[in-house]
This record gives sequence, C-alpha cells and structure tokens, in this order.
Amino acid sequence: MTDTTTPLDQDGRPPLPDAEAITTKERSQLQLVTRRFFRHKLAVGSLFVLLLVFAFAFIGPELWKWDHTLHREIPPSQPPSLAHPFGTTSAGHDVMGMVMRGTQQSLKVALTVSLMTAAIAALVGSIAGLLGRWIDGALMRLVDIILVVPPLALVAAVAGNVRGGSTWYAVALILGFFTWPVYSRIIRGMVLSLREQEFIEAARAMGASNVRIILRHLLPNTTGQLIVTATIVAATAILAEAGLSFLQLGIQPPDTSLGLQVQNAMSAMKTRPWLFYPPGIMILIIALTINFIGDGLRDALDPRQTMVRR
Amino acid sequence: MLVYSVRRLLLVIPILLAASMFVFLLVDLSGDPIAELIFQAEATGEPLSQEAIEGLEKRLYYDRSIPERYWLWLTGLGPNNGDIGLLQGKFGPTVRGTAFDIGGEISSRLWTTLRLVGFATILSIVLGIITGVISAIRQYSKLDHTITFFGFLALSMPVFWFGVLIKEVGITINNLLGFRLFATVGSQSTVREGFTAWDTFVDIMGHLALPTITLSLLGYAVFSRFQRASMLEVLNSDYIRLARAKGLRNRVVMRKHALRTALIPVLTLVTLSIAGSVDGAVLTETVFQWQGLGRYFVDRLKDADTFAVMGFLMLSGTMVVIANLVADLLYAVLDPRIRYD
Repeated sequence: MTDTTTPLDQDGRPPLPDAEAITTKERSQLQLVTRRFFRHKLAVGSLFVLLLVFAFAFIGPELWKWDHTLHREIPPSQPPSLAHPFGTTSAGHDVMGMVMRGTQQSLKVALTVSLMTAAIAALVGSIAGLLGRWIDGALMRLVDIILVVPPLALVAAVAGNVRGGSTWYAVALILGFFTWPVYSRIIRGMVLSLREQEFIEAARAMGASNVRIILRHLLPNTTGQLIVTATIVAATAILAEAGLSFLQLGIQPPDTSLGLQVQNAMSAMKTRPWLFYPPGIMILIIALTINFIGDGLRDALDPRQTMVRR
Repeated sequence: MLVYSVRRLLLVIPILLAASMFVFLLVDLSGDPIAELIFQAEATGEPLSQEAIEGLEKRLYYDRSIPERYWLWLTGLGPNNGDIGLLQGKFGPTVRGTAFDIGGEISSRLWTTLRLVGFATILSIVLGIITGVISAIRQYSKLDHTITFFGFLALSMPVFWFGVLIKEVGITINNLLGFRLFATVGSQSTVREGFTAWDTFVDIMGHLALPTITLSLLGYAVFSRFQRASMLEVLNSDYIRLARAKGLRNRVVMRKHALRTALIPVLTLVTLSIAGSVDGAVLTETVFQWQGLGRYFVDRLKDADTFAVMGFLMLSGTMVVIANLVADLLYAVLDPRIRYD
C-alpha cells in the first residue's frame, strides 16, 4: 500500500473541511498498554489482590505485634482467635506472623529471580541473536545442555549442598541461575528477525556499535516479551522456592518460608488445620494473581496474539 | 528420513557427554562429601582420625584432581576399586560404605518412578487435549472461561500442598465407603503374601491413583492451554474455511481437518513435560512416602552423597534426551509439512 497524499475517510469521500473535529487525542505507547490492560478485568482484580498481599507481607510485620519467631507468652496450639487470627503452633509461634514472614520471603525470591532471569535472558538472547556464528552456536548449546536436566532437581542439587542453611538470596540466586535458558531462546528468536530489519541496517550504516545496537535498538523492541517473561518466571519461582523449602533444601530455620510451614503442618492437617491452610493458600494466591497479571500483560503488550477482539 | 534419523541419533552422544560434564562440575564443585562426613563425625562427638579421613578420600576417589575424577566417573578406566564408571553401568561409591550399591538402588527404584511419571504424563496429555479442544471450539463461552480458570488454578497450585490435600480427600472417601479404595502411603502394600496377579494389580493401582492426579496437575495446565492456542490457530486458518465452504459436516471438519493438525505442536511439549514430571515426582514421592527415585535423590542429597546425586541427575537427563529424540523422530513421521532431505 502506498501513502496517499490526501487521505480519504471510511466511505471514500474526501476529508471534512474542519480537520480539527476528527483528530483524536494522541496516546503514548504506555497509555495504550495501560488502557488495554485495564480492560482485562481478571488481571486488574489480580493486581489489586497482589498489592494487598504485598502490603500484608511488607507493611504487616511493622504493624502486627508478633513476628515469626518463638515467643514464650504465646499460648500453644490455639485455634484462630482475635488475638491470633491464624492460630498458634504447638511450640508457640503466631501463625499470622509466620505467614507474613514467609510471604515476604517468597515475594523477595520471586522479584529477584524474575529480574535476574529477564536480564540474563535479554543479554544472552540478544548477544547470541545479533552476533550469530560461533558465539550463537556456543551459547545455544549451553542452553541445550542446561535444559537436559530437570530444573528443580538441578537447583536442589546445588541448594542442598549450601551448608549451614541457605538464606532467601542464596535460594534466589541459584533459582535465577537456572531459569534463564528457555527465555533466552525466545529473545534470541525475536532478535534474529529484528536484526534483518531496516532500522538495524540504518543503525549499522551510521556506525553504531554492537553494544549500542543491543541497548538502544534491540532490547526496547523485546520489552513486551521481557515483561511477560519476568511475570511468568515470578510465578514459577514462587512455586519452586516453596517446593525447595518443602523438601527442606531451601530457606532454613530459624528463618521461615511458606513451603517450610506446609512441611511442618503436614501431619497436623486434620487436627490443626489452621497450620496447614494459610501458607498453602497464600502460595496459591500469589502464583494465581501473578499468572493472571501475566496473561493481562500479554494481551496488552501484544494485541496481535489475541485473534478475536473482545 | 533414515539419514535424518541416524544423524539425530548420533547427536545424542555429544549432548549426553556435555551434560555429564555439566552435572559433574556442578555437583562436585558445590558439595564436598568428605567435609560432610567429618562434620557428621564431629557432631556425634567422635572426630575422625587422619587415617580414617585418608581412607575415605581414597574410597570416594577424592584423593584425585577434579579432571581425573571426572574421567574415572565417566569411563571407569584407570586404577580403581571396580565400582565406578558410568559407561560400564557403575555409578560410583557412596558415602554410606562399601555395602551399598548405588546402581542397584537406582534400578530397583526406577520402575516405581517411571510408573508414576508415565501414568501422570498420559493422564495430563489426555485431559489437557480434550479440555483444550473443547475450550477452543467454544471460545469465549462460559465453558471456555471455566476451563481456562481451572487451567490457571492448576498452573499456580503448589504440587506438594495439593498432594497433602488430596491425600486427606482420599482418606475421607475411604472412610465414607467403609473400605480402602485409595492407598495414601507408599507405592505398594508392604505385606503382599498370598496376592494373586490381580490382587497385585489392584493394589498398585490403588496406590497409584492419588499421586498420579497430583503429579498430572501441572502438566495438565500446560497441555490444555497449549492445545487451546494450537486449535484456535488451526480453526482460524484458510483451509478450515475451505473445508466448511465445501459443505463438510462440522464433525468431519473438526476431526479430520482441524484436530489432526492441531495435535502436532503438542508433541514438543511432551519433552518439556517429562522434565517437569521428574521435578514433580520428587515432591509427590515425598508427600506420599514412595520409595522412588525422587525420594532417593532428596535423601542422598542431604548426605552430600555426590555420586548418587550425579547418578540421578544423569539418569533423568538421559530420560529427557531420549524423550526429545522420540518427539523429533515422531515429528518427522507425523507432520507431512516437514521434510528432512
């Protein structure tokens, strides 16, 4: 299609004389994405719930009088009451204090892992895609090899060997180190098609270096995919961290995490259900809301993927 | 096709070799069984003597450099006690002493885990494909929204928590029925005297039901979402419109034209789901107290039993590589659009 000098309107008639009347408000990319995201009701609701969870995890401990540690004055094995809304453990922990702390740890791990994964995936993917040749070959073979071994087992093998108990950032670093391969493949695929386009050629002709091309031209074009990746990874990281802690290979006591709390409450599920349900449901809520937000973001950032307009 | 198959088959060798190097370096560098044994001995109040430590180092081959140890672990060539060499089917010594054999332990547990992973994968594929297709055909209907919501729920469910939950549901159902329909502990009854073949089968199935449901959850979520997307793409394509324009009945269009094409991409996912299932099996076996490979891996890991850990990782890696190979070869057979010549 060629650009016509006098644009015709929908019915093929020449434009109205008063051009001001039909111009619409100009919107930035961000405004467009936000508008599309807010159309996705489930995602918006999830965002609201997730913000509440964040407040619960990070502001909650400041306001609530009990933390996750053992206190003598807490009566043991109490069912939920006003003084202890989630009940207490047999040793004398306040379950709400524990869940707050565990949620905080989970969210910290999730954020770290998702940022790390997005950064490494962007870097490896764009370098492999842009430079090609043996660098591409070497990086992608590395990805192949890492993908051969089941990821959680791989992470467990490393995490289990960290002696003296791993802290949340150790768990996050190990998780982040093994989650990037799949996503770097996706970014590489995008870069492979981007680098053949004219604007990259133009940048090259103007003497832009590889670093500049990656940072100024390629990465901005993969932002949408990177944001979606970061969201998906955050959800899987929450589940992986909980799984590791459940196997007692993740965050160690005296610190606590949601997975560890489920592990400790396993045998007490019938007799003291208040120990079992809160941490599990919290994991579920975080992962579910993040997944819904990710779905909303995908629709908002890449409208081509939705085949039928809603 | 034959050339392609042979080439693809040969490609497995370098991948497995590289994976073995990767696994070895990772486990060997991150854990030190000798230090762990010294630590454990000190914890009991009886520190190990210098000779005892040297004896341990010799038995576990920790008196050698890392490259030497890797070579020995892989090939078993060179002076050794005849218990090491992956290519000869020997997994290496364990920290627990010479009486234990890693290879024997792994092979006795392999079937237990394969049974679980196999059934769970099949269940998740079948359920995922059926619901995914229904979802796509009835796009944006109430049914589609419900199925999609349950897919998200399954995707976000912590496997181990769901396992404990469904275990309690099983016990409740047993109590309601008045007899044991679902077993919740172990992969088989411990007392099996006087069992006929049928009894054994029923026993195994009763033990298998709940863990299979638990493990298939995650795979189901991924399969159904992927199948829905794949089916939608096909349904919006021109050749489906042509098939309808020809006046074919809806059923024929769906079955013969749409479904066949939409099933092919799902094949790639099977590979990924095997790796995910092994991960899930580690958690599921812990919840249901199965003596499978996953549980074995966690137990050995806590002892810093490096050779056993590496053995498990290599075995599951090999499983993934083989699944990959099968998927690639099946692709060539199933998808007429792919030509490898």
